[in-house]
Amino acid sequence: MIIGTDFWVYFAARPLIWIVLTLAVFTLANVLYQRANRSPILHPVLISMTVLILMLLVTETPYETYFSGAQFIHFLLGPATVALAIPMFQYFDEIRRLWLPILVSSAVGALVASLSAVGVAWLFDARFETMMSVAPKSVTSPIALGIAEKIGGLPSLAAALVLVTGVMGSILVPIILKRMHVEDQAVRGFVLGLTSHGFGTAVALEVGAVAGAFAGLAMGLTGLFTAFLLPIVIG
Amino acid sequence: MIQGFLILLAFQLLGESLVVLLSLPLPGPVIGLVMLLVGLLGLGRVPESLKITSDGLLSNLAVLFIPAGVGLILHFDLLASEWWIILLALLISTILAALVTAALFQWLMKRAGGQK
Repeated sequence: MIIGTDFWVYFAARPLIWIVLTLAVFTLANVLYQRANRSPILHPVLISMTVLILMLLVTETPYETYFSGAQFIHFLLGPATVALAIPMFQYFDEIRRLWLPILVSSAVGALVASLSAVGVAWLFDARFETMMSVAPKSVTSPIALGIAEKIGGLPSLAAALVLVTGVMGSILVPIILKRMHVEDQAVRGFVLGLTSHGFGTAVALEVGAVAGAFAGLAMGLTGLFTAFLLPIVIG
Repeated sequence: MIQGFLILLAFQLLGESLVVLLSLPLPGPVIGLVMLLVGLLGLGRVPESLKITSDGLLSNLAVLFIPAGVGLILHFDLLASEWWIILLALLISTILAALVTAALFQWLMKRAGGQK
């Protein structure tokens, strides 16, 4: 019976093993991360990516085979992006109260972050795909992948660069803010979220709840402004 | 939870459809995000099932990037020749964006008189 065979395809070993491995490697990487006091350099996604790439190389498995299983995890990025509306809704009172500083700073900051990165890459004659993959580097990953795909970058490279930017920012930005003598929690959180998305937001939450809220807000708005402005500016 | 998942997927579908219909240069889920935000502002609250599903997805967001990230395996040649340009671009842009945003946001907040 055709229905029967189709149904059992879902339980075939090949796609399933890569889902299981992806989740298992991530779970172990997460244990390592917690043991290392959440050092950003040991971020579980970076570790998992490295381990899984090594596994594919050693077993000579093509990426397509891996993705035929892993796509079921990848698919959830879409609804997760839409779900970012919920935290943004919760910050809306803040936006209404301080709408001018918040909107202007996040639009300008998002463009500076993106265009300066593209500019440096362009100065050194990087390939077009490199420039377009660097462009969404400050944006939270689910939105960044979509932007990279739309403007002609490589989504997988963009995903990795977003993570590297997060690691860099969560180490560098607190030092920069200290040098600038920025004391205000709102400003510190805002800059952390804008430059280093989720990584920065995690650092901001350790500063305090106000910093955390402003970081989450800046992260969301940076994603939106980059998505809406970048195609116009680049086009 | 199913209801929440349905809401998210329906808004994503709406977003993707608008992108195709109007050939917008934006990711469909981002349009879905904006429309859901507008919807929530109209409603004035987050429905319970939507909150549960969203919390579940967002608190496990990290794992969702791994399949795409492993795709880096296809671009080793590009990394081999341009890794240093990429790192330099990330470094300079992170410092520049932090300086500009901190200065601008601080100044605008003072001007608005809404310190804190």
